[in-house]
Amino acid sequence: MSAEPSRAFHPESYLHGGDTFVSWLTTRDHKRIALLYMISITGFFFLGGAAATIIRLELLTPNADLVDADTYNELFTAHGIIMVWFFLIPSIPATLGNFLIPLMIGAREVAFPRLNLASWYLYTLGGLFVLGTLIAGGVDTGWTFYAPLSTLFSHSHVELAVAGVFIVGFSSILTGLNFIVTVHRLRAPGMTWFRLPLFVWANYATSIILVLATPVLAMTLLLIVFERVTGIGVFDPALGGDPLLFQHLFWFYSHPAVYIMVLPAMGVASEIIPCFARKPIFGYRTMAYAILGIGMIGFLVWGHHMFVSGQSMYASVVFSLLSFLVAIPSAIKVFNWTATLYKGSILFASPMLYALGFVGLFTIGGLTGLFLAATALDVHLTDTYFVIAHFHYIMVGGTVMAYLGGLHFWWPKIVGRVYPETWARIAAITIFVGFNLTFFPQYLLGVLGMPRRYHVYAPEYQLLNEFSSTGAGILAVGYLLPLIYLIWAMLRGAQAPDNPWQATGLEWQTPSPPPQENFEETPRVSGEPYAYETPERNA
Amino acid sequence: MSAPAAHFETPQNRREAAELGIWVFLATELMFFGPLFLAYAAARLSYPEGFAEASRHTDVVIGTANTAVLLTSSLFMALASRSAQLGRRRAASLLLFITALLGTAFLVLKAMEYFDEWQQHLVPWLDFRFEPGLAHPASLFYLLYFAMTGLHAIHLTIGIVLVLVFAWRLRSHSPASMRLQIENGGLYWHFVDAMWVFLYPLLYLVERA
Repeated sequence: MSAEPSRAFHPESYLHGGDTFVSWLTTRDHKRIALLYMISITGFFFLGGAAATIIRLELLTPNADLVDADTYNELFTAHGIIMVWFFLIPSIPATLGNFLIPLMIGAREVAFPRLNLASWYLYTLGGLFVLGTLIAGGVDTGWTFYAPLSTLFSHSHVELAVAGVFIVGFSSILTGLNFIVTVHRLRAPGMTWFRLPLFVWANYATSIILVLATPVLAMTLLLIVFERVTGIGVFDPALGGDPLLFQHLFWFYSHPAVYIMVLPAMGVASEIIPCFARKPIFGYRTMAYAILGIGMIGFLVWGHHMFVSGQSMYASVVFSLLSFLVAIPSAIKVFNWTATLYKGSILFASPMLYALGFVGLFTIGGLTGLFLAATALDVHLTDTYFVIAHFHYIMVGGTVMAYLGGLHFWWPKIVGRVYPETWARIAAITIFVGFNLTFFPQYLLGVLGMPRRYHVYAPEYQLLNEFSSTGAGILAVGYLLPLIYLIWAMLRGAQAPDNPWQATGLEWQTPSPPPQENFEETPRVSGEPYAYETPERNA
Repeated sequence: MSAPAAHFETPQNRREAAELGIWVFLATELMFFGPLFLAYAAARLSYPEGFAEASRHTDVVIGTANTAVLLTSSLFMALASRSAQLGRRRAASLLLFITALLGTAFLVLKAMEYFDEWQQHLVPWLDFRFEPGLAHPASLFYLLYFAMTGLHAIHLTIGIVLVLVFAWRLRSHSPASMRLQIENGGLYWHFVDAMWVFLYPLLYLVERA
């Protein structure tokens, strides 16, 4: 892209002025809202992480020696609800997406700034409900709220938890709506659809899923509350209801939700990899089409969560086939990232370490997804630790890795300061090692038949569980490191240049941190994205 | 923070953004109602007789009258949009009032219907009574009936408030400046109306002939 950077232009950044508490809480600046979100989701990330820590401590030994069965149920439910709806779903879109989409398309704001702020308030309100649930004593249904357990059997605080998830759903919907309209209507002159950075494409597809799938979850949760309050069987078979109806509705949202989590991560990787390979992304158009393809096919595969539910065998076969189809656009992306690296001039800076970690872990997570999409194999693996390992490779190995990579990549832009690169590399490697040590043994445990969601297990599983719990400890240290040095960088780091990575993209052509209005004047775009030139190599 | 200065280059830009925004919102709304329709379809396939019998207990006279009322309200809403486009302040204002009035009439009729149903023990969580063999399917039908019509009524109430706010604002704002709001509010109104067009046959007309 070749908009002329204007070096002389250094007006007050979005961080200056209006720095009272109230002015932050009433801001309509997409960049400040991104920071509000970042603070909130970081809090929930460490809360959900604390629950996971207790779970892994309990699983160090086969016996129940730390928590009892009920507490354990509440812990993994809290971990799931918090990590899925209060961290992973908003993670990249609401923070990096909010901050970067207007900058990347050359706009001065999102389309509806007030809705954007409302979205954060809804998130906060939903979060308060979930905190209230925890204080009141927790909920024990698992994050999936399967009926009739959640409707007529559970004596825990299902209504409160459901209310929290219901509310936070509307915050996602508002974010999605805002992004769709922003990308359609506020692109700078010359910023055609096929000049959009892939990060924008990814968030655009994510937004479509957010606005079409989330309301289905909302109504499904309402139906749970109706059944719980009235005692009329919508889902409970003992009352003449249909439990499969619940599962269909739940997974109609919750499977596309996986793509809500991982598409933006793919977007981040697609920005970082060309920059640190100094090459244009390989197959830009196929990358954009693959994003849309994953988003669309993702709506048609929910039944692979229900192979053992008693749904029609023919439905299972079709869902299995469609699930295999998702592998095609996903593989296209992996191959294209790899082809981008080929003969690139690769710099292993910290964002690149995270991005490469993302590609590898996503590939393992994706391939093991194919095992689970095979109906016969799934009968053996369903509800075992294999499933746990699979989706943690996608969500933690994929999304969290990419989120951290993105945070490092754009941190100089966001706070205008440089973080300590050595520490960042140490953290990236620590997280990669800790992650694999935590979750790879869980694949083996799953194949050996260890079921999920039990706080006690047969003694022969202990060794692998010890590996896993040790890995979790390393992972926890790995996650605390960036928290410390990124905050340190924000306060004490050296001044960051406008474009520390010599990256393309409009966000790098404005000062770090960007001024309130993003650009001095609306940029004009006249070239392709990712116009990196491979430097001459010394033989 | 300074006021959100015009981040749209032109009024045309702003207009297109608002229009797309409302359409995306309506898509969300459609998906929001979706699970209720799916639950209805699943339950009706399982219990055809129960649903037919329960549907015969609904008040088809009020239901039909309400359909007419709501469709007519949409006509007035469309006329109000047109008047705003043509810059006719008084006409637009009056038409918006009539729209709100018809919407309110719908809600009053609906409330009477709910009251009758309560007296006939058709509210499934308040001393529900029905022919013994069909009690469960009928209670499910009425749960969905109250959920669907109740959510519809909430949407309609929001619509009435919006339309009245538009009418009030027309006193001090020019029709030209209100045009975008009235048009987009109109889209919402028509959506709520269209939703009823699906609810009416599903709830009132099951094997009624």
